[in-house]
Amino acid sequence: MMTMNPNIPLTEAELHAFVDDQLTPERQREIEALLAQRPEESQRVQSYRGHKRELHALFDPVLEEAVPQRLVDVARPRTPWYLGRWVAGIAVALVSGAAGWGLHGALRPGAQSAPEVAAFAQRAAVAHAVYSPEQRRPVEVDAAHEDQLVTWLSKRMGAPMKPPHLQELGYALEGGRLLPGGQGPVAQFMYRDTAGRRLTLYVSNENVGQTAFRYVREGPINVFYWVDGPFGYAISAEADREALQAVATEVYRQLASR
Amino acid sequence: MAPDELISCVPRLRRYARALAANRDDADDLVQDTLERAWAKSSLWRGVGDARGWLFSIMHNLHVDGVRRPRVATQALDDDTPEVAVAATQGERLAVLDLQAALDQLPIEQREIVLLVALEDMAYADVAKTLGIPIGTVMSRLSRGRERLRALMEGRADGVRLKVVK
Repeated sequence: MMTMNPNIPLTEAELHAFVDDQLTPERQREIEALLAQRPEESQRVQSYRGHKRELHALFDPVLEEAVPQRLVDVARPRTPWYLGRWVAGIAVALVSGAAGWGLHGALRPGAQSAPEVAAFAQRAAVAHAVYSPEQRRPVEVDAAHEDQLVTWLSKRMGAPMKPPHLQELGYALEGGRLLPGGQGPVAQFMYRDTAGRRLTLYVSNENVGQTAFRYVREGPINVFYWVDGPFGYAISAEADREALQAVATEVYRQLASR
Repeated sequence: MAPDELISCVPRLRRYARALAANRDDADDLVQDTLERAWAKSSLWRGVGDARGWLFSIMHNLHVDGVRRPRVATQALDDDTPEVAVAATQGERLAVLDLQAALDQLPIEQREIVLLVALEDMAYADVAKTLGIPIGTVMSRLSRGRERLRALMEGRADGVRLKVVK
């Protein structure tokens, strides 16, 4: 729900939020009253609402159609493929512990971890320590050239490298750079919050091993890291664990949808 | 998210895909690719609180990035499965068909937002998350998309330029 000051004039965003009933009930009522005196906006609202009804009329019948068998088959894969995937999912769940998200259980500093994975997390922390204090050249390609950054890193890494967007959590993308990893290139994306504090996301595709979410401290730097297939991800910052966990959750969510 | 949750989302994924894609087969191909991708990522399901948003994100990325795997064009064989049913009266029917033609003329980034808000009743913040863009961008695209749709429906060639309201 959006809440807005009733005294300011009706904004474009609010007009749409009114159409979609996404305002507080009070503000919905206020705008309703306001529209009675503003025929032009009132007409737009009616037109937009009419389109919404028509879109439902046009596409809702799809909801009633029988789902084609081929889609039922992929939605419910049979064994062994199905079982394989599902067991892998459960294994991750078990390693990462019980509570809700799965992160909490893995947050034991010093928890056992394969040496390669631990080395990966340490490289991420060192890279953060080296580049985050940089004032003039924190990144090689800045966020204003995000397209170039994506193209370049994807090419060098041999896999799509698209930085997650973290504005909602208060971190703006500053840009990224290419770094040497254990055997080949790794990508580092740099973010900063409004106070200028930096956070880095370090991505490798070197098959560093297997791990669920883990959390380590390297001096003042907290690192969350995990492995998904060939990719290793590490998020480093001097932020507290909760803030870092929120970022890790969001990064993970965005990556999981790609 | 459990497998049953995945299948329960299929009708809504199909509805959205039908509105995005040119025809029924392309739409169902998109749904199929989305489900396959969801399974390939099934080890991550535990981290996904909002299954619907996640699935729509996958579909968005597949559709927009054009990373769909190549597929031999398919045609459904069963002729008795009905095409899109249209509302009863002739007047409504014509209006509805107009809307589809107008919808097809919207740029994809506007069409997606107009559809997610209209069909899925998605909150703006969830649309932003699903599409991986800032909420301000969601609002400006929604505004432009709706106004363009209105202009097209009223037979005006181009949407009127809206005053920029901050």
